[in-house]
Amino acid sequence: MSALGINWHAIRAIYLFEMARTWRTPLQSIVSPVLSTSLYFVVFGAAIGPRMQAIDGVPYGAFIVPGLIMLSLLTQSIANASFAIYFPKFTGTIYELLSAPVAWWEAVIAYVGAAASKSILLGLIILLTATLFVPMQIAHPVWMVLFLVLTATTFSLFGFIIGIWADGFERLQVVPLLIVTPLAFLGGSFYSIDMLPPFWRTVTLFNPVVYLISGFRWSFYGVADVSLGISLGMTLVFLAACVAAIGWIFRTGYRLKS
Amino acid sequence: MHPIITVSDLSKTYATGFSALKGVNLTIRRGEIFALLGPNGAGKTTLISIICGLVNASAGTVLADGHDISRDYRAARSKIGLVPQELTTDAFETVWSTVSFSRGLFGKPRNPALIERVLKDLSLWDKRDTQIRRLSGGMKRRVLIAKALSHEPEILFLDEPTAGVDVELRQDMWKLVSRLRDDGVTIILTTHYIEEAEEMADRVGVISKGEIILVEDKAELMRKLGRKQLTLSLLAPLAAVPPELAAYDLALAGDGMELVYSYDTKAERTGITPLLQELAGAGIRFRDLRTSQSSLEDIFVSLVRTGS
Repeated sequence: MSALGINWHAIRAIYLFEMARTWRTPLQSIVSPVLSTSLYFVVFGAAIGPRMQAIDGVPYGAFIVPGLIMLSLLTQSIANASFAIYFPKFTGTIYELLSAPVAWWEAVIAYVGAAASKSILLGLIILLTATLFVPMQIAHPVWMVLFLVLTATTFSLFGFIIGIWADGFERLQVVPLLIVTPLAFLGGSFYSIDMLPPFWRTVTLFNPVVYLISGFRWSFYGVADVSLGISLGMTLVFLAACVAAIGWIFRTGYRLKS
Repeated sequence: MHPIITVSDLSKTYATGFSALKGVNLTIRRGEIFALLGPNGAGKTTLISIICGLVNASAGTVLADGHDISRDYRAARSKIGLVPQELTTDAFETVWSTVSFSRGLFGKPRNPALIERVLKDLSLWDKRDTQIRRLSGGMKRRVLIAKALSHEPEILFLDEPTAGVDVELRQDMWKLVSRLRDDGVTIILTTHYIEEAEEMADRVGVISKGEIILVEDKAELMRKLGRKQLTLSLLAPLAAVPPELAAYDLALAGDGMELVYSYDTKAERTGITPLLQELAGAGIRFRDLRTSQSSLEDIFVSLVRTGS
């Protein structure tokens, strides 16, 4: 095999295979999500933004940027990773992965690593695009990158789980469309949760996306809905839960092996 | 020498309650070509799928080159190449990239010279930059074989390798298999085509309803069960085999119009000459005669039927 008993060749092969898929379909993989997010910057940032009050001292157009990047990051991470593992199951080519001397965590590192790489790249492109429409700053760049990487990884793991669980294209879409998108929209992408009535504010605190967006926004402007420690903690809890679920899936062969 | 594969008390019951394998024991010798025969649903693919890691066993163990397939799966799987029954390929990848991908997946460093040789051996070299979806079914089958050979396996599983392929590819495949055997690769193939087993295999195993009902050297099997029959069409019907001919293995058929003599082609004397002389002596005359030899197919059909 190779160093440390890790099948590096397999990780590399899967990772490059997955990345190649992105470069083969640049319109769908990169241009389309960047364009649709840019529409938000144009509408809410450039057009409506100037007429809105600043939130916590941050102009509205700049305020929504971290939330919108998070929104893309979540949906793209899930879409990339779920499709990457669902499609081989659908076509049957998964037989090769199952018959290969590849540990489950190696497969996860490769698939999730590729999905997360793509969405991080996408997040950075969107960030660059945003600077064209709204003036903004990044107060804590290291934290920003940390949240970007953690979120992309966590939701790629989550997407991977969905891809394994899904037994049809509809199921593949259900969770992203019916659960993740609403959670992301209601998680404070467009407003501070302090603007909500107390009851709804409490309800919102059960939405895990709130913590991601809050932490990410703090890294830009130094203001947050919840404390940084809680944001980071919740993100790590979700990450750990996804890792545990995937470990269980591969140990039992759930939906992969009969 | 240790067997290259040892299957011990292997059972598989699917979630539906279907028992696909019932305590299978099987050893595959290093370097042999082993043909696994059996009707549809007999458990051939389940057996292969467990050995290759696609299906979990319910009970029992499998050793591949001494490595337990579940505890020491890395060592076991890196020795094994699998060509599945279905044509499951990526659509948009090129032949070259998909075969190189397989090599990496199995933990081997890049080796363009080896991939080139594999593709040339399989007449895929001209198609190396073609997307797989643009290939014919037979070409896709070759791609699957190339993928399985890309990591230089010591054991190659071919699950119904020639199902639905044309004559040319089938002959290429047979040539490839014997070349691989010459290189020391152990080959296990499942097939419906008895002629394939008859042509290529060193040993034959027959599986039926999840149980191995026979494992035998092919030559031995042919000899043991491959008896020849001499059928004499008589001029006048016989009511019974004449007692003076009791020494011969004779039977009557066709309402007494046919006398059937079974004999062993490999025996020192077939006994045909004395039989014919004694028939003449007994005044039994015949107008025609024919001989027939049971093929592996006859043997197989009779085995599976007895098993049921």
